Order: sequence, then C-alpha cells, then structure tokens
Amino acid sequence: MLTIKSVEKSYLHEDGRIPVLQGVSLALDQGQTLALTGESGSGKSTLLHITAGLEAPDAGSVHVFGKDITAMDDSGRAAMRRRDIALVFQQFNLIPSLTVGANISFQAALAGKVDTAHVTALAEALGLSDQLSKYPEALSGGQQQRVAIARALAAGPKLLLADEPTGNLDEKTGATVLEQMLELVQQSGTALMVVTHSPKVAARMDRTLELSGGKVV
Amino acid sequence: MNVRLFLLLCLLPLSALAQGFSSLGSEADAEFATPTPNPAFAFPADHGPHPDYRIEWWYLTATLEAADGTAYGLQWTLFRSALAPGEDEGWASPQIWFAHAAVTTPDSHLASERFARGGIGQAGVQASPFRAWIDEWALEGPDFDTLSLSAHTPDFAYDMTLEAQGPLVFHGDAGFSVKSSEGQASYYYSQPFYDISGTLTLPEGQVMVSGQAWLDREWSSQPLSDTQSGWDWFSLSFDQGAKLMGFQLRQTDGSTFSSATWIEADGATTAYADGAFTARPLETSNVAGRGIPTRWQVALPARNVDVTVSAMNTDAWMGLSIPYWEGPVGITGSHTGRGYLEMTGYE
Amino acid sequence: MIRTCLIALLSHWRRNPVQLFAYLAGLAIATALWSGVQAINSEARASYDAAAATLGEGRFDRLIPKQGNAIAQDTYVTLRRAGWLVSPALDVRLGDVRVIGVEPVTSPTGFAGLTFAEETPALMPGEPDLLFANAETAAALGDRARVSVNENVAPGVAVGDIGTVQRLSGRDDLSTLVLLPEQPIGRPDLETIAPGLRLQPSQQVADVAQLTDSFHLNLTAFGLLSFAVGLFIVHATIGLAFEQRRGMIRTIRALGVPLRTLVTLITVEMLGLAAIGAALGIVMGYVIAALLLPDVAATLRGLYGAEVSGTLGFRAEWWLSGFLLAMLGTAIALAGRIWQIARMPLLASARPRAWVMSGATRFGVQSVAALGLLSTAVLLVVFADGLIPVFALLGCLLIGGALALPVLASYALRLIEARASQPIWQWFWADTRQQLPGLSLALMALLLAVSANVGVSTMVSSFRLTFVGFLDQRLAPELFARVDNAEQSVQLEAYLIAQGIETLPLRSASAKIEGRPAQVFGVRVGPTYRNNWAFLAEESDAWDRVERGEALIANEQLARRSDLRVGDSIEISPDLTLPIAAVVGDYGNPEGQVVVSEEVFATLYPDNYAAQFAMRTGDAPALRAKIVEQVGLPENAMINQGAIKALSMEVFERTFSVTAALNVLTLGVATFAILMSLLTLADLRVPQLAPVWTIGVTRATLGRLELCRAVGLGVLVFACAIPLGLALAWILLALVNVEAFGWQLPMFLFPLDYLQLGAYALVAVALAAAWPAWRLIRTPPAALLKVFAHER
Repeated sequence: MLTIKSVEKSYLHEDGRIPVLQGVSLALDQGQTLALTGESGSGKSTLLHITAGLEAPDAGSVHVFGKDITAMDDSGRAAMRRRDIALVFQQFNLIPSLTVGANISFQAALAGKVDTAHVTALAEALGLSDQLSKYPEALSGGQQQRVAIARALAAGPKLLLADEPTGNLDEKTGATVLEQMLELVQQSGTALMVVTHSPKVAARMDRTLELSGGKVV
Repeated sequence: MNVRLFLLLCLLPLSALAQGFSSLGSEADAEFATPTPNPAFAFPADHGPHPDYRIEWWYLTATLEAADGTAYGLQWTLFRSALAPGEDEGWASPQIWFAHAAVTTPDSHLASERFARGGIGQAGVQASPFRAWIDEWALEGPDFDTLSLSAHTPDFAYDMTLEAQGPLVFHGDAGFSVKSSEGQASYYYSQPFYDISGTLTLPEGQVMVSGQAWLDREWSSQPLSDTQSGWDWFSLSFDQGAKLMGFQLRQTDGSTFSSATWIEADGATTAYADGAFTARPLETSNVAGRGIPTRWQVALPARNVDVTVSAMNTDAWMGLSIPYWEGPVGITGSHTGRGYLEMTGYE
Repeated sequence: MIRTCLIALLSHWRRNPVQLFAYLAGLAIATALWSGVQAINSEARASYDAAAATLGEGRFDRLIPKQGNAIAQDTYVTLRRAGWLVSPALDVRLGDVRVIGVEPVTSPTGFAGLTFAEETPALMPGEPDLLFANAETAAALGDRARVSVNENVAPGVAVGDIGTVQRLSGRDDLSTLVLLPEQPIGRPDLETIAPGLRLQPSQQVADVAQLTDSFHLNLTAFGLLSFAVGLFIVHATIGLAFEQRRGMIRTIRALGVPLRTLVTLITVEMLGLAAIGAALGIVMGYVIAALLLPDVAATLRGLYGAEVSGTLGFRAEWWLSGFLLAMLGTAIALAGRIWQIARMPLLASARPRAWVMSGATRFGVQSVAALGLLSTAVLLVVFADGLIPVFALLGCLLIGGALALPVLASYALRLIEARASQPIWQWFWADTRQQLPGLSLALMALLLAVSANVGVSTMVSSFRLTFVGFLDQRLAPELFARVDNAEQSVQLEAYLIAQGIETLPLRSASAKIEGRPAQVFGVRVGPTYRNNWAFLAEESDAWDRVERGEALIANEQLARRSDLRVGDSIEISPDLTLPIAAVVGDYGNPEGQVVVSEEVFATLYPDNYAAQFAMRTGDAPALRAKIVEQVGLPENAMINQGAIKALSMEVFERTFSVTAALNVLTLGVATFAILMSLLTLADLRVPQLAPVWTIGVTRATLGRLELCRAVGLGVLVFACAIPLGLALAWILLALVNVEAFGWQLPMFLFPLDYLQLGAYALVAVALAAAWPAWRLIRTPPAALLKVFAHER
C-alpha cells in the first residue's frame, strides 16, 4: 500500500548541495509496521516528511494506495493527509488553545468523518477519558503524546507516520505509549512507519530499515 | 428645483414615481374640473388657459427643410400645471408654467427648458390677441391663424412665422379624447395645417428653413390611468394630402390602448377607437443609455395605411428635468411623408 | 474542514482574551478617534454647505440695485421677458431671524437642500406662511410664522417661498436677483433693460471655507496621528498572535489543511475581527464627536462667523472612511504576516520564537531609516514650499523621531548600565535594554502622542497669546456700530461729530490686488490708530504718510503672498499705486488687506459710504442708548469692545477645550499601547525573570522593578518628546500656518505646561505598568518553576 521508489533529496547549503536521500526505495503493506533507523542526518526524518507530502523529493515517487503523492499539488497532498495519512511528531503535536477532546477529534473533523464512539474508545484505550475537557498545557508529556496518537487514529488513516513519538518521554512512559500505539495500530490494520533512533522501539516493529548517508543499508 | 420634477410627474405617465407623490395632490383632485363628453368649445376663448383643469399644453412641432434640402425638426411647448384649481393674484397663483424648446438636425438634437410661476406675468397665455409666453419665449399673433414663434437658449435659437392653411380639427368625439378603457379623457384639438418659415440659429450658424407645423391643444385633470406606463404619439403628414394623428398608451401589463384621427386634406376628420390604429416597434436604438424604439410599423387598416415610420435622427432625446424622446420622422410604405413622434415612459 | 479549522483558529483568542482585547480595542480606539474627528469635520462642513445652499452667496453672480436695497418685482418680470434668466430673492429679518424668500421654481438651488417632498407644500395654496428652519431658529421665530422644522436649513436662517416672505414682511419687492449660470443667446444689455441694477460678480471674498479648512486640517492631522498610534497597537498584536500561533498553523497544515485554505481563513478571521473593532470604534467615535461637537460648533461660529449646527448626524463619509481606513491598516499589517506563513516551510520550528525579544538586526535598519527621514526633514525645512511638502516634513520628522527613539534609548541605557555598580541594577538596566525591541512600538506611540501634545498645545497657546494682544490693539475703541445704508452713515457721523466724540469711520471695499481678492479699507487716521497699532515692519512716519495719502499699510497676508516689503509699491487701482509704509499683523483673516486714508478711499470708491464706525467713549452703554434714541440705529447694530473681547476669548477657550480633549484621548491611546505591550510581553518575560527569582529577588521586588522600568522609560520618552514636540510646534507656527493661513505666529514656550504634560504621561505609563506588575507579583511560584521543567 506504500511504495517508495528511488527517492532522492538534497538541500542547498552554504557548502553546496548536500545529498540527504540517494535513491531510497521501500514498500509497506497494510497492517505492517516498519522502523526507520539511522544516525542523526541519515535522512530518516526527511523520508518520513516526503512520505507525508510535507516535502517534495527531487526525484523518485511515493505511492500511497496507488496514488503518487509526489505528483499532487499542495491541496491534493493536504487532502491525503486529512484522510489517509496521519502524523505523530516528537512534540508540539497539539493545538494549545483547543481542549484535549477537541484535539483528538480535530483531524477527523477536518476530514469530515468524526466517529464519536471511535473517539471515546480511543480515549478510553489511551487512558485519556478524564482529561478530555482539559487543555494540553495541563497534561504531562506522555499524556500529550497519547492525545496525538488518539488524534492520528481517530481519523481512521491507512498509514500512520510517527517521528520519534516517544523520544521526548522517559523510558517507562515511552514504552507504555509505544505499546498502546502498536496495539491500536494492529486493531485497526493501519500501516505504521516509525522514525526512531531507539533500538528498543525498532525491535517492536515488524521490520527495520536502516538509513545511512541517505541510502538504505 | 424639485418642484419642477413634481410638475412633470403630474404630466407624464411615469406612474411608478408619480403615484408615490400623487397623495400630495389628491385632496385637490376633487376640486379640479374633469373633461365631459360633447364639449362645446368657444373660440378664441378656448385658445386661452383653463386654470380649473390640472394640466394643459400648447404643443407645436414642425418638420422643416433648408434651401439645400437638409431636413430639420422643431418643437416648442408651453405647459401649464396647477397645484390647485383656479387663479389668484401674484405669487399666490397656484399655476406653474414651464416650456420645452428643441431643434433636431440630421446629426444633432438640442433642447432647453424654462420654468415660471403664474400670477406675476412671467408666463401665461391670452386668447385674443393670441399670446403664449414664458420669459422671452413666445408664440403670438393677432389671431390663432397667424403667429410668430421664438425661443432662445444658450445653445440655439429660432424665430419663425406660421400661417394656418386649414381649419382646426377635433380629436375623439368632437374634441373629447378618451385615453383609457376606464374613461380617462382630455379635451384635444389641433391646428395641423400651418405653413412655417423662419430662421434657426444653430451652433454652426443661421439657417433659413420652411415647412409644415402642427399645433396640439390639450387639457385635462387626470390624463392617464395608474396602469399606463407611457405613450407613443404620432403626427403624420402624408404626401398624398391626408394626415394621421395616432397614439397608443402602453399599459403596465403589456397591452395598449390606441386612438387615431384621420384628417383629410380639407380638414374633415374620422375618429378611430381603441384597436383600429396599431404601432409596432421594428428597431430599438440605444439612446441616453436606454432602449428606445426608433423605427415603427404603423397601420390603420381602415384607411389602408401600412407604413414604416423612422426617426430622422434617433438621438432626439429631450434630456430635461423629465426626459423623453421627441423628434421628426420619415414615412415609407403604403404612404410617404413626414411627421413627428413622441415617446414617453421608456426607462 | 473550514469550520473545524476556523474553530481552532478562533480558540486562540478564547485562550488569550487579553490579546483579543488588545486587537479589538486598538482598532476601536484608533477608529474612534479618527471617525470622531471626521464626524466633527464632516458635520461642520455639511453645515457650511447648507449655509451656502441656503444663502446662495458667493456661488452665483447677482443683480443688485445701484441705490437702496429693493428691486421692484416688475423689474424681475421685465428681465425675464427680455431673456435674462434670474431668480428673485428677498432677504428680511423677522425679529432676530434672517428670513430668506426664494422662488424654488426658478432658483438654481431650489429651497436650500430641501427635498421635493419637503418643499412642495410651501407652494400649495392651502399652506400660507410656511417657513423652513432648524429647531433652534424655529424656536427663535416663535409664532411669527408657521415653521416646518428641517435640520437641512442653515443655522440662524429661515427660508420660505418668496410670496410667503413678502407677505410676512409686508413687502412687495425683492432684494436681489440671482443670475443663473447659463443664459440664452441674443440677450440685450442689462443697462437697456434694468438701468437701476448692477451686476455683482459671484463673491470675490473668499468664503469661510478657507479658514475653517485650516481648522479642519488641524483636526484631521490629529485624527491621523491617533489613528497611526492605534495601528501601531494593531500591528504589534497581529505580530504577536501570529508568532504564538506558529505551532498551531504548522499542526493544522500537517493534518491536511491546504495552504490556500488556511491563508484565506486567517485573512477572513483577522479582517472579521478587525471589522468588529472598527464598528465598535465608529460607535465610540460618534459618542466622542457628539460630546465635542457643541464646542466645535461654538468655536467655528465665533472664530470665523461660520454657522454650524450643534447637532450630529450619522453621515456615511466619516464612518465609512474610518471603517475603510481601519480595514486597510489591518490588511497591511496582515499582509506581511500572511506572506511569512505562505513562505514558511511547513515544518519550520513550532516553538514560538520570542520575536519581540529579538530584532537586533532590525535595530540597524531602523537607525538607517530614522537617519534618512530626519535628514529629509532637514532638507524640507530649507526647501519646502506649499502645504503638502510642509506636511511631508511633519511626517518625516515625526516618523523619523519615533524610529530614532529605540536606538537612542538603547545607547542611553548602555551608558547608564555601565555606571550601575550594584548587580541588581546592572541586571535591571541590561534587562530593560533587552526588552526595548518588544516595547519599542508602544514607546514610539507614546513619543508621538506626547510630542503631538507638546506641539499642538504650544501652537494653540502661542496663538492665544498673540491673538489676545491683537484684540487689545484692534478693539481699542469702546463702541462699534454698523449701518445699512449711506443715509444712516451720514446721519450717524453728523450726530457723533456734533457730540464731539472721536469717531473712526471705516470704509471698505472688495478689490483685486496683486491678482488676488483683497479688502481695501479707508480709515480716518487719528490717535487711536497711532497709539494702538503695532506693526511687524514699518517706516518711521508710517501713519503720517498714510494720512497724507502717500502710502498705505498692508497686512501680513498680502505682504507674504505677494512677497512685498515695506517700501515696495502696490497697485490698488489702474490709476493708483502706493508704497507700503508698514506691514501689520492680521490674525484670523485669510485675505489680503490694504489700509489707506479715507480721502484716498473716496477717490477710489466715490459711491461707497462708511458702513462701520468705531467710537471712543468713556461710557459705551450710554452712548449706545443715545444713538438708538436719536439716530434711530437699532440696538443690535452696535457692540461694545468688552462684548467682542469676551466673545473672542470664549471662542478660544472652546477651541482649546476641543484641542485639550483630543490631547487627552491621544495620550490615552498611547497609554493603552504601553499597557498592551507590557501585558503581551508578560508571558514571554517569565523565563527571563525566573532565574532572577531563584537567585533570591522576591516577586514583589521584581514587580516594583517592572514599574520602575516603565516609569524610567517614560522619562526617557518624555525627554525625547520635548524637542520633537517643539520642532512640531515650530513647523505648525512658522510653516503650516503661513502656508494655510498666510501669517506667521510668534512661538512662545510654556515650560510649566510641558512639565504638567510630562507628569500626566508618567502617571499614564505607571498606570499602564501597574497591572502587568501586579500580575507578576501574583505569579504562582509553580509557573516560574515550570520554566526549568525540561518539558516546556
């Protein structure tokens, strides 16, 4: 369902053009989980962003459910993110002026498909039921990441992309959040691609792909 | 300034506006005299004003020609409009007078207007010797058959003499002219047989002209019905000798009410009731930002008249306090000749 | 999607009500001052227009009698019948009210501004004796006539149909004939048709508009200044709101809202809020104007003789201009931010940059801009010619001064900091300097407000001093009389001479001098003139030469406009050219004037009579009574000096009360700007204050220091505002006044006033700083500690 073919990306820098991705290809099927690992600057976050349509590659293609996201314009890519692709970042995921409840249903509301029962179930599963009317600033970091995960899954995406989702949490909380996320992903059959530098996180995925110098090792 | 507007609204069938203001005059309505059938005119007295009626006019149009064959048209109209019936001394007079003068050439149309209060001598009409005047504009003479005519404006002027070549003719039922199926009517007679000659002073210079003039006399208190939106009035002089006066009043529902008078060369008349006379627009021109029919198919089957009437200059727009179209026309078809066309109420 | 997105955007304001308040209130206050000033202006202008329409004076040529003041009605008809298109008018008095009869059918203006439905009844035979007047005039008319109250009629005047006015006044003739602009060709000469009349060309005398426009110009400049201060606030608020929402905007885009949709929504949101603020401002402006208008009306009536109705209408021109200006100002501030969003990489840092804290690079740009503007200002002082360049100069000076303020302040703080010995004070000054960029907009607003106040109050007070002196000079004679015709003039003069009273008859005529309309005055040179007139420039024997008919006196306006000096010659008529013996200051008058002896005047205008008399007497009321009794002059044709002076002073006090009210409001806007800047900075300041707190400085001390800082900055601003304000005053007095009025005012300084103003400004700043300081004192330790929590 996700097919990345020969993606190349370089950035213009003071010292000239720096290649970040050099012909990366991968495939991910429905319900599969994948960890992207590598050192800082190996290009794993860039690959995730390109997959999400947040950035455009210099060459190559990214097909999600058969649709080439790199060939779309801004509004087409935005529509893909609303409906099919969900994102969880390391931090600053939430809208500070909306309540937890509103944050959870936000993406689903953008896509115009709020399923109240589903939202309630997600909140329940992530232990957020008591927090719904609070604002994000009142939550701990772990709770905030749970809200971000709930929001991502509430829209019923086909593909969940997470960039160091537990990187800002202590080990114990991180492990709990990760387990909860995996459980929910498996229940919904969503494909998951996680960018992480943590071997423990990577070990919990079906597959691991290591990037180095912009290439799959 | 706005009083002028009111006066014209009283006169012209711009019913939508006029009705809005009609309440102002409605109390006096009952006091105004209204035309009744079988009129007994007395001349020369009836050439003078009838202050008990709300409105009245002395309406002269002429088709002219210069020595070089250039055609011209001329209009001179004095209107009387009463705020209340009757006459009073000085400023207390309820009579208000205003006048329009216009000259149409093949490529231009010039028009001007004047206003005056009655009672102080600035404007008025006297039956004998005949004198109709406003400021220095005048139509006057020893009697109704021999007249001089003048109007001077910032842009143009004319000084003419008129000589009647036939009798007065009476429209409708001996001068009682019905204007709607509800019975609105006016007193209406004409002198269509004037020979006219004189000088037009135009921006290009002076021109000596001569031709035919037609004077309409009409007075009433309630000329039009509320449902009438405007009129198309034709005065046609055929080369074959006869003349035709025909008008249609357009109803707001799209139907028309028509009336016509067939005038033999000797002045004998036949009146035709609603429906006998028809006028159908053939071509519309954009004049002063609105569509005005400037070519008409006019028919009076009872007299085998089926002619096309075309504006000599489609731009004969009277851009005055209340605007309307008035200008000379040419006639082709079953009959030929020249005439005048007046159209009001085109928005 | 749109609804969800909009809810998210708006939720920011719900969570940050102070910001919302700053945004709305900033716009509201700016719009309020602007539209308030515009309301006053347009209301006053509408009143002049009504007056001009009612009186028809100045706009059309007129026919007036060569002798007397009546024209037979037959003459009117004769003229019309000869093709002279004229409209009759009759000007009479009923009690104290001027009643003008017009003939609406022929008049070029109809019944002054009345609508058709309003004027028609006046002609209806069933409605005799119907006049139109505003409520005030109607009350003054009492039961002398039936009056239809209509606020479109000029104040102090009633209009009616000519027939009605003839009946009410018992006359059967006319006063003047208004000549219509378009006349038919081939019209005979006036002399052949109406030899008793002469043509009076449309008023050569400049009408009140010239003067009142200057006053309005002043008010408008004020309004614009306040508006600019308000827009400063809006600009700052928009900037802050965008910075704080960077994270939200990133998240919303990452979750699949296209850029175009987001930009559209933000624009709609911000402009929608701006519309609410502007609408509130318009309502406030109306209230301000309604409160000030009676004063303005009185001011203009007394100062310039212009009648202004004391009530306020809701006219589209002022509220619309305020609204559009507010929206435009917002849109401009918004455009830059939208541009940033559009260009911002989707994944740019979500952490709100403390943008208000940074801006070191901006300092450089700002210094250069300030230097450029101030240099331009200096160039303009030297080369500016005309009102527009002078206003450009004002703009350059004010904006340049404002931009220079933070730069100067930064240097000043650095100096102070170097001298501070205690660590807490070193920190205090350094911290203050660090805050400058964030506060600079507010400080600049305060600077503008205070300098404008200094400048305008200097100008107004200088004007007052000069004018009082001028009144004392010109109003030396105790009693003045005005007569209507030559007969009265001769009678009065004979009587006064018989009584042995020193009489100063004044003859005047309109003329064109040096190509411009001017007044020629014929005076009887005597001790009163010699002792009381102070000249700006003169020859030693000026009055002697004038008395001998060898020279004349010109007023400053004429001398300036025509670039004439004492000794230069002026052609008064083709036959007479005289040198200038002296130039006299003539304030509050737009026109050129020359003063010649009455003998010279008589040769120039043999038909003219002395219409005004000044009399020296020890007992003005008694003389007045005697003249009424023995010469038959009406009581109200005379006025005594005390009355004129009192009236003039009253007028000034009112002018100044309006100016003072606007001063207070402008200062209020600036104070508000400071309050809002401090409040919005407060949250961002917490991370900076927290370390100081942990070192052991109590929150109370921190709060006091915050207050101290505000007052300290206030003092700094005030120190800069004095020179800037004085420069502003100098431009107003020496340049704007000359360009707009034609005369220069001497500049006086009022140090005590400035100190008072400074005190007000400091109190205002302290008040503005009090709330944020109080909030800081009340900040829970947890909030301060949170700074150190790594999650933040």
